Amino acid sequence: MTTTLTPGSPAARYREIEETRGEASDVNVGEGERLACGIGGAALALYGIRRDDWGGAALALLGGALLYRGVTGHSEMYEALNVSTAGKSRAGWSRDVHRGLKVQKTVTVNRSPEECYRFWRDFENLPRFMRHLESVQVLDGNRSRWTARAPLGTVSWDAAIINDVPDELIAWRSLEGADVDNAGSVRFRPAPGNRGTTVTVELNYEPPAGRLGVTIAKLFGEEPEQQVREDLRRFKQVMEAGEVATVQGQPSYHGRD
Amino acid sequence: MKALCWEGAGRVRVESVPDPKILNPRDAIVRITSTAICGSDLHLYDGFIPTMAEGDILGHEFMGEVVELGHEVTSLGVGDRVVVPFSISCGNCFFCEKDLWALCDNSNPNAGMAEMMNGFSASGLFGYSHLYGGYAGGQAEAVRVPFADVGPLKVPDDMPDEKVLFLSDILPTAYMAAENGNIQPGDTVAIWGAGPVGLLAIRCASLLGAERVIAIDRYPNRLRLAREAKAEAVDYRAVAEVTETLKEMTGGLGPDVCIDCVGLESYGHSLDAFYDYAKTSLFLATDRTHALRQAIVACRKGGTVSIPGVYGGLLDKFPLGMAFAKGLTFKMGQTHVQRYMKPLLERIRKGEIDPTFVITHRMRLDDAADGYAQFKLHQDECIKIVLKP
Ligand SMILES: NC(=O)c1ccc[n+]([C@@H]2O[C@H](COP(=O)([O-])OP(=O)(O)OC[C@H]3O[C@@H](n4cnc5c(N)ncnc54)[C@H](O)[C@@H]3O)[C@@H](O)[C@H]2O)c1
Ligand SMILES: [Zn+2]
Ligand SMILES: [Zn+2]
Repeated sequence: MTTTLTPGSPAARYREIEETRGEASDVNVGEGERLACGIGGAALALYGIRRDDWGGAALALLGGALLYRGVTGHSEMYEALNVSTAGKSRAGWSRDVHRGLKVQKTVTVNRSPEECYRFWRDFENLPRFMRHLESVQVLDGNRSRWTARAPLGTVSWDAAIINDVPDELIAWRSLEGADVDNAGSVRFRPAPGNRGTTVTVELNYEPPAGRLGVTIAKLFGEEPEQQVREDLRRFKQVMEAGEVATVQGQPSYHGRD
Repeated sequence: MKALCWEGAGRVRVESVPDPKILNPRDAIVRITSTAICGSDLHLYDGFIPTMAEGDILGHEFMGEVVELGHEVTSLGVGDRVVVPFSISCGNCFFCEKDLWALCDNSNPNAGMAEMMNGFSASGLFGYSHLYGGYAGGQAEAVRVPFADVGPLKVPDDMPDEKVLFLSDILPTAYMAAENGNIQPGDTVAIWGAGPVGLLAIRCASLLGAERVIAIDRYPNRLRLAREAKAEAVDYRAVAEVTETLKEMTGGLGPDVCIDCVGLESYGHSLDAFYDYAKTSLFLATDRTHALRQAIVACRKGGTVSIPGVYGGLLDKFPLGMAFAKGLTFKMGQTHVQRYMKPLLERIRKGEIDPTFVITHRMRLDDAADGYAQFKLHQDECIKIVLKP
């Protein structure tokens, strides 16, 4: 087929679904993963069965599932999660050499669009829920300096607000000379049924040619979608509950290790 | 301080651990005066619930005295006597506002893990698995209580600990189980499991208008207490087929409401129970479902199956076709404790219900490990243990 579809459009998504479904209806686990699952699963199952505690039981159970997945190329969990690693990458984020990385996530917050907008618009609040950010310093009305934690020290860049519609939308992008060229937007819409605000975040990271995914991986680890989901979850917690749930620093017994 | 810690399946021990600290503005620290061991703790003890970690402090049924408060908590004062609900809930999210406290959106620090497992995350729980946040529990000398401005209930000084302790879990659980049964005047309610939850559910079912209550278990002491609570008792080992017995007892109709107060470790001696046992031993399934299966088979057409008993994973041989054919209604889930604490405190005060009849043992926290073994093995007619730190 030669028609080009706008990525992310309903038509493109439909085609993606069709393609993954078309070739082999039951196989939703990629080849490499199948081999790894088979070998790893067998090892885990054996190891798990030899240990006679709960940890062992869990391992054996997991091992069995992986083994099954390796042999049949079918994962119940993937199916339940509507995920396939056999065809295209999963919906929600995509990463390829040319396009960089794009993540989109939505959460419903039990607060008004005004309240959500106001909190987000003060960029110095962002590190309260974006874990990888160390600080955001507002330089003037429009420009800000972002500092993010990375495995080897920190990464810093300047960004400017490129669109700002009070109570509705904020969009920003990095300025010339950023290590990682990035842009983001957040949209606030009244949620149906008086349930607060539907908050949709979109992030785009485009690495300079040659650097590829390296810098992205530095910022995001291996699970960018998961990280944005967690950031949004914390945003919701801060907005609704006024604090982020934690057990860091609570007592437990570590006498034997 | 001292606390009862999980150290692996079948292994718990009282250890010396650091004192709890205020970690968030809405926290409180409560010095425990009474705490209990629950059937849910047994599921952890037996290693049936995944994502436990060595060193976790157990316990989700507790009460005590407020000794320290985060700066956002203004509804409590130091020195207040409180009972703490086992589910941790923010009070501000969509679910809390709908009175669905155990489904709170904002209290589970491991919500991402729960989403991977169940699609969504429920509320955090005290002394439970890390899928529910891994919050340190209350079988200890003290505990940190998050969202202390909405959870804990102040109790009057003239009511002793034992009368109000079970507001933390099993009394609201039994009440919600009965309420979920949608009991109508004249109804017959069958209850599987005459443990603390089942026994209290008998009382609650009567309070909500059940005409007859039938309790099913195998332990003579539990069945005796069931009878004392005005239920008819069925020893499931003494009858050929529980479902047939229930049908006979209800004039061929079946009970209108069936309540599973057993959960994922149900025992049985029929072929399907043996099959469950074999499968869970081989880790091909995670839950034994004998009692629930019987509840579905026994329930009358158009009846309701209420499930307070805990399930943790996958079920095998679940007779959905039969449930469909009979047009059954299912209601289940962790208890929305905060919804029931105040009204039930009132009922206790008025003498409409006295939950202390389930207590068989009182022990020091130091002896909690023995308590677990005794409760597990039903030694010395053990039904409910209250621990004193
Ligand atoms: N939904 C909630 O929020 C919530 C709260 C508290 C407890 N629970 C759950 O409620 C259940 C009961 O708690 P408990 O403290 O009473 O526990 P328990 O272990 O003391 O009682 C369970 C009883 O079930 C009986 N039983 C086992 N197999 C049976 C069968 N096939 N038929 C009939 N009876 C059978 C046992 O003999 C025992 O008396 C547990 O699963 C517990 O986890 C749920
Ligand atoms: Zn309990
Ligand atoms: Zn909540």
